[in-house]
Amino acid sequence: MKSIQFGKWLASSLIAAVAALGMTSQAQAEAMKVGFVYLTNPGDHGWTYAHEMGRQQVEAHFGDKVVTTYVENVPEGPDATRVIRELAKQGNQMIFTTSFGYMDPTLKVSKEFPEVKFDHITGYKRSPNMATGNIRFYEGRYVQGVVAGLMTKSNKIGYLGAFPIPEVIQGINAFAQGLRSVNQDAEISVVWVNSWYDPVKESDAAKVLIAEGADILAQHTDSPAMLQTAEKAGALGFGQSSDMHEFAPNAQLFASVNNWGPYYINQIEKAMDGSWSTGEGPDHWAGNTWKGIGEDYLVLTEFKNMPADVAAAAQAARDGIADGSLVIFKGPMKDNKGNVILKDGEALDDGGLWAMNYYVDGVQGQIPN
Amino acid sequence: MYEELLLTILLTSVPLVLAATGELVAEKSGVLNLGVEGMMLMGAVAAFGAALTFGNPYIGMIAGGLSGMVTAAVFGLFALGLATNQVATGLALTIFGTGLSGLIGAPLVGKAIDGLAVIEIPILSSLPLIGVAFQLDFMAYLSIAIVALVSYLLTKTRAGLILRATGINHDSAHALGYNVLAVRWMAVLFGGFMAGLAGAYLPLVLTPHWAEGMTAGRGWIALALVVFASWMPWRVVIGAILFGGITIMQLAGQARGWSIQPQFLSMLPYLATIIVLVSISRRGGVLHKAPAHLGRIFYPTR
Repeated sequence: MKSIQFGKWLASSLIAAVAALGMTSQAQAEAMKVGFVYLTNPGDHGWTYAHEMGRQQVEAHFGDKVVTTYVENVPEGPDATRVIRELAKQGNQMIFTTSFGYMDPTLKVSKEFPEVKFDHITGYKRSPNMATGNIRFYEGRYVQGVVAGLMTKSNKIGYLGAFPIPEVIQGINAFAQGLRSVNQDAEISVVWVNSWYDPVKESDAAKVLIAEGADILAQHTDSPAMLQTAEKAGALGFGQSSDMHEFAPNAQLFASVNNWGPYYINQIEKAMDGSWSTGEGPDHWAGNTWKGIGEDYLVLTEFKNMPADVAAAAQAARDGIADGSLVIFKGPMKDNKGNVILKDGEALDDGGLWAMNYYVDGVQGQIPN
Repeated sequence: MYEELLLTILLTSVPLVLAATGELVAEKSGVLNLGVEGMMLMGAVAAFGAALTFGNPYIGMIAGGLSGMVTAAVFGLFALGLATNQVATGLALTIFGTGLSGLIGAPLVGKAIDGLAVIEIPILSSLPLIGVAFQLDFMAYLSIAIVALVSYLLTKTRAGLILRATGINHDSAHALGYNVLAVRWMAVLFGGFMAGLAGAYLPLVLTPHWAEGMTAGRGWIALALVVFASWMPWRVVIGAILFGGITIMQLAGQARGWSIQPQFLSMLPYLATIIVLVSISRRGGVLHKAPAHLGRIFYPTR
């Protein structure tokens, strides 16, 4: 734990206050202007924090060839339309909107500003000047499942979900596939928190799951509260979106970190050399770009708090996913009611991944609808 | 297993008890301060910052209370000093507190502290089941002590009588020679201190880190609890435990695989609040128990 000086803290707060007044960095004559719209603020240490890290990679990579602007705490809805339009008016040539709920606002503004390039994160609607990008988050969850299956003693895994949407279901099922690949007796118990971000409720849910016998916890919510609770109770768990090691040095097994930098840099480079496109074919959940562990869009932090053989199994799973030799959703695969989803030799395509409305074997209960 | 669930219920209700008791005193004096959420966040950020800087969560606790009090003073300057509309000022205070706490808390993000230690009370803590109520931290015990004190002061002392009088009819209280604004200032500052403590409880006990907006609406629940309790301190404790109980049981229900929609279960605490409100008011009670001059602006007459 690093402690900071009170005076330094106060001073940096004042600097932050001044910086907040003019968030655009210094403009260069012919630099490309790029805007970012954030759902919360980098202080969430989760989703938006990961996007901010990506933006900083962009600044570091391009230097004075790119000028970035970002707007924080933009609610999904009419306010988003206003903010995106304002960014376009200010002369940003490329605008990244970093949450699913910005899909329709981005689409609307993209039609008003045909010369501006829009890039929407995690959506499926496109237009001639609106592309989409996403990360295969679920790949990291398979590796989590492998580690959980080898580490659990009670064979009960607690899983905190935010909302039962396809992305979260994918994650739960990928986790279960990993879990069952090494441990046929372990079961996942899912608790829906009904919020992406409510630290106290996340912590409460973690306490309840531990009280019910879970010794390994996973989360698809944004705060480090679950891991802190696990740390205190002597349980283990996985970090979400960013490395949460500092919050739970003895409890975090590893974290799946969203690494948006390569995507942003790639898209901006394409915009500069004229090869940027919004792709062919029908609108699709997967978007133009949907990459994962193999391309370092999803990064796993160091495997800790586990024996060497478990870490080796995790590394093998990670490498298998990266080089394509390990297919997460392949037959024979059953849902948790015994219905056959995939026969031997079959595998799910991207469309099938987004159409998951079932839990696979290893998950308890049913998806709320 | 039941002991752990009960412990979680108790812990989750502590900040609600603290914030609602403070707001109750402010409302009893006739001031409606809707800025509880903002004051809680200011308390939370100050508590975390101080605990991190000085390495002592008890200093953090005091810093949290004082920070909430200073934030309440901003409300007092406008709503009492300049006689602005209390509802609008309170809402503005919530927005102000949310934003300012995020700003000054930015350098604190990503750090963790050691929270308040558990103080076990000998003998009592080894009782079956209810023993968990005696395995809490200093602030949890403090919250009960404050409720007892507030209950006593409000109903059994002259000071409490004066405070209630300013809330029931500020003109009469003024005519009797009481300094209405001074009484209300004290009540508002006390409310702020308590909201600050409530906010401090989050980073010091429940989730030992700072994150922007970490109260996630608990200030509003505390406000509802005051009405739920029909302005009686001990009922705040009952209401908070009931609210916490339903919240935790819905999570436990999911973990045990009850086939009920989680959305419905999440709704239960609010549904319970509404049902209780309706049942109280049907007995003709709740509206009569509200301080008659709650939210009314006081202009001193000569």
